[in-house]
Amino acid sequence: MNKSISRRTFLKGGLAAAGAVAASSIPLPAAVRGESGQELATLIDIRKCIGCEACVEACKEVNAPKFPEPKKPFPKMYPSRVKVSDWSDKRDDMDRLTPYNWVFIQEAKVMVNGKEETYTFPRRCMHCQNPPCADLCPWGAARKLKNGITRIDADICLGGAKCEVVCPWHIPQRQTGVGLYLDILPSLAGNGVMYKCDRCYNRLEEGKLPACIDVCPENVQKIGPRDEIIKEAHAIAKEINGYIYGEKENGGTNTIYVSPVPFEKLNASIEKGPGRPGLQPVEDAMAHADNLAKAMVIAPIAGIAAAAGKFYAATKKATHSAEGKK
Amino acid sequence: MTYRAQQSTAGRKWLKWSYIGLLIVMAFTGFGQMPIFKRFYISDIPGLGWSADFYATHYVHYLGAILLFVLIAYCITDFLIIGRSEFRLTASAYVRIALLAGIVVTGIFRVLKNLPDVVFSPGFTMFIDIAHLGFMMLYLVTALIFVIVGSGWTQGISE
Repeated sequence: MNKSISRRTFLKGGLAAAGAVAASSIPLPAAVRGESGQELATLIDIRKCIGCEACVEACKEVNAPKFPEPKKPFPKMYPSRVKVSDWSDKRDDMDRLTPYNWVFIQEAKVMVNGKEETYTFPRRCMHCQNPPCADLCPWGAARKLKNGITRIDADICLGGAKCEVVCPWHIPQRQTGVGLYLDILPSLAGNGVMYKCDRCYNRLEEGKLPACIDVCPENVQKIGPRDEIIKEAHAIAKEINGYIYGEKENGGTNTIYVSPVPFEKLNASIEKGPGRPGLQPVEDAMAHADNLAKAMVIAPIAGIAAAAGKFYAATKKATHSAEGKK
Repeated sequence: MTYRAQQSTAGRKWLKWSYIGLLIVMAFTGFGQMPIFKRFYISDIPGLGWSADFYATHYVHYLGAILLFVLIAYCITDFLIIGRSEFRLTASAYVRIALLAGIVVTGIFRVLKNLPDVVFSPGFTMFIDIAHLGFMMLYLVTALIFVIVGSGWTQGISE
């Protein structure tokens, strides 16, 4: 009997394993396969965007299970300067980034050859190659994944909003009354959870495209290995005599915009402010820290040299002193 | 002439206060990595406005780490060349060294994590973040206890 159960268990296990293997061997879309093992980047060709907000709606729908469900009333927070961030009654807002809206359409009206033209384009997390939000998060709640996604783990985040402050585009948005801080010191530490685009990491794991890319009727966005995306962005820019944003900004990002008009012009035209990032030039925020990190390699050598020098000087002094006594 | 005799009192004091000063700066800027200084009015204290700037506290923390590496390498080399034949480390010194090693090793991984193209697993990232803070807090508590009970680093030499 034991043997048959064992066989049955084995068969069940074997079938399950076969199913898992079959599922895991379903090929990912070529664009997101990332066979070279390098980071994946997205290409956003703003010429194609018609501002239909299909990406915004798809993002909201697909990521709804990840959205916060805060407990009210919120805990009284100390000191009084700590303000709550509550977007739970404004879940339908689509004109800016919020904890319930991880991508929105930005609009720029610019003069091209004496004629006003309107450009629309999706804005969300840039998924930096060396993201300050992940580097400087004190808990490891914000982290960069090997496939180039930067995501915030809502189960760990305490909502201190440091990621929003250090992000050159101030992308992450806070919702109070949700998350781990409620179980620790809700009045004195933390203030909710930070939310932003996670580039549909779970869909990518399942071999699906991020919702905003999948649903776009105009194929505005494309995803693929960063090298290929950069190459394509340059090819388009060359063809249209256009401009690229995101390749060098903040030391390099995994969101590459291509535009027929300069980004300075677009930046001057778009509405900017909380939840509405600009398109300004951005220096590498972590560059100074990276240079200091290199100095850390040399530091112990300096310490060893100083001690050895002191020993040498003391020995020399002692020898001279002994010789003097003779 | 013994090694200890060669060391001037001023030199030993300089080393001691450099170490204490460095640890205070590291602890302050380390805690400043958490978004608490603005919330709890620390950055409102005249002269401490910079402590609300996360990049500023980060740079100072890195600079402190560089100086700490110099100091640690100096002390280890000094001890290995001459010191170990002249004095013994106390039991409390070994506890402090173990905790300091924990801080330094997790700190090195923290710095590595912040470099471009270095990606650790989410679990390991969280582990080093929390372990770095945990080792520092343990160090501060044990150092305080050792100061209270009067246990120095070396036998016969008060810390």
